[in-house]
Amino acid sequence: MGPLLYAALLPLNHPGHFLHWHFIEISVANTIVIGLMLLTFVAALVLPFPGRRRRKENQ
Amino acid sequence: MSTSEIDRQWTTRLRRRALEKLPPEKTLPDSQPSYVSSWIYVFGVTTISALIVVIATGCVLALRGPTWWHGSSIGHFVNSLHLWSVEIFFFAMVIHLWGKYFMAAWRGGRAMTWITGMVLFLVSIVTALTGYVSQSNFDSQWISTQAKDAINASGGGAYFNLLNFGQMLMWHIVLLPLVLVFLVAVHVVLVRIKGVVPPFEEDAGQQSAGASHE
Repeated sequence: MGPLLYAALLPLNHPGHFLHWHFIEISVANTIVIGLMLLTFVAALVLPFPGRRRRKENQ
Repeated sequence: MSTSEIDRQWTTRLRRRALEKLPPEKTLPDSQPSYVSSWIYVFGVTTISALIVVIATGCVLALRGPTWWHGSSIGHFVNSLHLWSVEIFFFAMVIHLWGKYFMAAWRGGRAMTWITGMVLFLVSIVTALTGYVSQSNFDSQWISTQAKDAINASGGGAYFNLLNFGQMLMWHIVLLPLVLVFLVAVHVVLVRIKGVVPPFEEDAGQQSAGASHE
């Protein structure tokens, strides 16, 4: 039952989806991963780090 | 044994040189500079943490073999842990690479730290490739038959044959992990010796302070 439920939620029994732009061809899955990496990179630069103010005050 | 004889021993000289380059307070420091309090500095250690999970799950897979990882629920689970920890490993490593690139982390005599990091990135790609072709399923057959053309075109096919399952498995579980772990150790030791690269403004401040003292 378990595997069937997962298959219903996320069917993988089909060819992968690809994006085409001129000579560039990339799978949707890889595009999503690259997008998530860019988002994480920007978030790491802008989000405040816990305890940063306290450390600066101690110094 | 006289003092001069002890001074000449290679073990004594090596110990003194190692302690001079990397004293215990640098090896395991009590604190880091305030600029390290940023999320961008956590991706190096995230990469190493993922690598530890990769190696641990890889050891379990090596103990049980392909019949187990393809044919049982717990085998599928450990196989998936191995795959997803590799995904996190590359995800974190690429963000670490971007961060260090835009910080110009090779500043202040840190060129070797940057170079070992770049070599680690390349070795990791080859390790992942040999892993994908060692899965012993249709996916690995497809990848090996496609990738062999690239290797053959480069002239390396005689030494690195992607269709030779035994050779690829040995590269994946013996040779490349040895190189990877050795390079990670060198990379971390270099980070400890040279310290974490400061931001540009901090670096400029230190240099101008140094110039005013001269």
